[in-house]
Amino acid sequence: MYGSGLRPLSIATAVATAAAAVLIFFYAPIEADQGFSQKIFYVHVPMAIVALLGFVAAGLMAIKHLRSRDRSWDLRSYVAIHLSIILGVGVLVTGSIWAKASWGHWWRWEEPVLVSFLIVFLLYCVYFPLRFSIEDPDRQARYSSVFAITAGAFVPLNFVAVRLAEQVLHPRVFSQTGGDLPGEMFLTLMVSLLAMALLFVTLWKLELSAKHAAQQLKRLRARLELQSERRAEGRGPVPAGAGADGGAVATVPAHPTSA
Amino acid sequence: MTRAAAVILRKDLRIELRTRESVPAMALFAVTVYVLLHFGLDRDTLDGDLASGVLWVTLLLATVLAVNRLFANEREDGALDGLLLAPIDRTALYLAKAAALFLYLVLLELVAVPAFALLLLSPGLGGALPELLAVLLVADLGLAAIGALVAALAAETRVRELVVPLFLLPLLVPVVIAGASATEPLLAAPQEAEGLGGWLAFLALYDTVFVLVSLAVFDFLLED
Amino acid sequence: MSDGVGAARAASPEAAAAHEEVVPPSGNNPVVELERLERRYGERAALQGVSVRIEAGTTLGVFGPNGAGKTTLLRVLAGLLRPHGGTARVAGASLPEEAWKLRGRVGYLGHEPLLYRELTGRENLRFHARLHGVPTDRVEALLAAVGMEQRGHDPVRELSRGMVQRVAAARAVLHDPPLLLLDEPRAGLDIAAAALLEPLLGRSSGRTRVLVTHDVEAGLSECDAVLGLRAGRQTLRAPAAEVAPARLRELYA
Repeated sequence: MYGSGLRPLSIATAVATAAAAVLIFFYAPIEADQGFSQKIFYVHVPMAIVALLGFVAAGLMAIKHLRSRDRSWDLRSYVAIHLSIILGVGVLVTGSIWAKASWGHWWRWEEPVLVSFLIVFLLYCVYFPLRFSIEDPDRQARYSSVFAITAGAFVPLNFVAVRLAEQVLHPRVFSQTGGDLPGEMFLTLMVSLLAMALLFVTLWKLELSAKHAAQQLKRLRARLELQSERRAEGRGPVPAGAGADGGAVATVPAHPTSA
Repeated sequence: MTRAAAVILRKDLRIELRTRESVPAMALFAVTVYVLLHFGLDRDTLDGDLASGVLWVTLLLATVLAVNRLFANEREDGALDGLLLAPIDRTALYLAKAAALFLYLVLLELVAVPAFALLLLSPGLGGALPELLAVLLVADLGLAAIGALVAALAAETRVRELVVPLFLLPLLVPVVIAGASATEPLLAAPQEAEGLGGWLAFLALYDTVFVLVSLAVFDFLLED
Repeated sequence: MSDGVGAARAASPEAAAAHEEVVPPSGNNPVVELERLERRYGERAALQGVSVRIEAGTTLGVFGPNGAGKTTLLRVLAGLLRPHGGTARVAGASLPEEAWKLRGRVGYLGHEPLLYRELTGRENLRFHARLHGVPTDRVEALLAAVGMEQRGHDPVRELSRGMVQRVAAARAVLHDPPLLLLDEPRAGLDIAAAALLEPLLGRSSGRTRVLVTHDVEAGLSECDAVLGLRAGRQTLRAPAAEVAPARLRELYA
């Protein structure tokens, strides 16, 4: 169910990544001011875009979960957030490296994308302690979805707010993150973006398949245990069907139970 | 639904009046911060942007205090079950809690803003008061709407005290940005309302989005 | 099943007389109908295969050791927990799709009093009345019925355990619900208080009740039918007249 299309996806990802690497190292021009280290931009920006889209997508999947009560959607949402957080760490690290290499500082508060990303990242970090503090799986899924929806609605608004504030404080004349990019840089960026997006989807599907398999295993184990329990008590085998289906039959013979 | 919300709101206000747990704590916190800054920075006047930043960050942190306690009386003795068993729309509970939080914020500001002006704004607030009030009210709506949702989300979890500030504060960053940016020219001397309309519009958009989101998801937090 | 319950009821002439005014003669008038009810907690089954019918005006006693699922069953019947499997019809609402219909039709007296500590008994009851659309003059009548008119002005946190339970009982029946769910209602009550609550919560009230109690003898005498639970599974279901106390005690072994 989850693993469908995994092979073609992986191949596509590998191809796209290879293409992006080639373009980054051999095709894209070396930027005059910042030198070779500017090329980290081709990793940093796609990572940020894919991570943010991942968060928003997780919100949409959470909506599906609440509407359909199908917990598999919550699982998909969780994995998406999980992967986006990992990408997020990458964004912050590559952003710092880029900032240090280009402007000599480890951080640039003037970069609205970076700042708004930091806020979003900190927000989503709370997802995990919240999720894992709830034991009842049904409730855990519901609360996680509420979180994912609220935070997902927040992502675009936050970006707008920070952008607006920056425009007031530091009006931008030239922007390096999009806008007027020379053709070669633009192409390289697009290919990198494609590669990053494919990578995300592949990893997402991969993790979902793995979790699904783990769940099946757990369920089978539980049934096996139940089976041996029942055998020990002298009852019949566990009937087919998900989980153990105990009947309403009285096991202690003494009084008739009227139907 | 609004009738039920009004009944619940009345109950909450009555309890707050008796226990005095939320509003005094918020007000005390805010005033203490201003006093500390007054002495710590050794200033009685702050510049426009610093002033507005201090005002808003303090308001936000005080909101966290109130949010932590918003559902406290429902957690005791299973009172929440009483609400769930009643023939009312569960969203009424959200409306009541958000309205209560809004009222607490207004009361807080009645104390904190004059204290702020006294301690950290020597020339005083002057003529920009109505604009400042407008910004505060619109921002309070957003704070209340999101605060009530976060309070409900965190209410029954073990890690409530951790989750509330960490979840609430990032969500409210846009409110701080908009509020502080709008307030900054108002507190500077000479006072003028620069770009106020834009920030108010943003705050209104923000409030609308999150009220709608909260209304849509709140029910799911209460069912089992 | 219905025959058995009807026979048990007719066996008690006082009960039959009391029931005559409240409800038509027994027949197909079940207030609760559960068929293989299932409620899970993660992978574990908190309730499994519970099937029972409760006719109007009768009392079902639920017995079983701790952790058997008695409170879970009560909470499902109250509409506080949604069933995960099987079918359930409670007070005219089919769960879980029509759970909203159930609101206001159940009186619940659980381990917790469902009261606000800082409010007085009177304020608590008036709040409850307003939420349920019940005229507030009922509050005074009920306060008197549970013997709390004098202490009605005191905040609940100042009341003793027994008094709190009395106010909670008043709250449970204030809106005259067709179904009463009682989880050890006499816990913490002295004999006088228990007697006071009897016409409101007891068998003589004529209400349809589900009663969870550990007191085997007293419990049996109060019920028309008995349900035994063990580890979430139904191990006994019979009319009360056919069950001996010893049999019930086996459940706890």
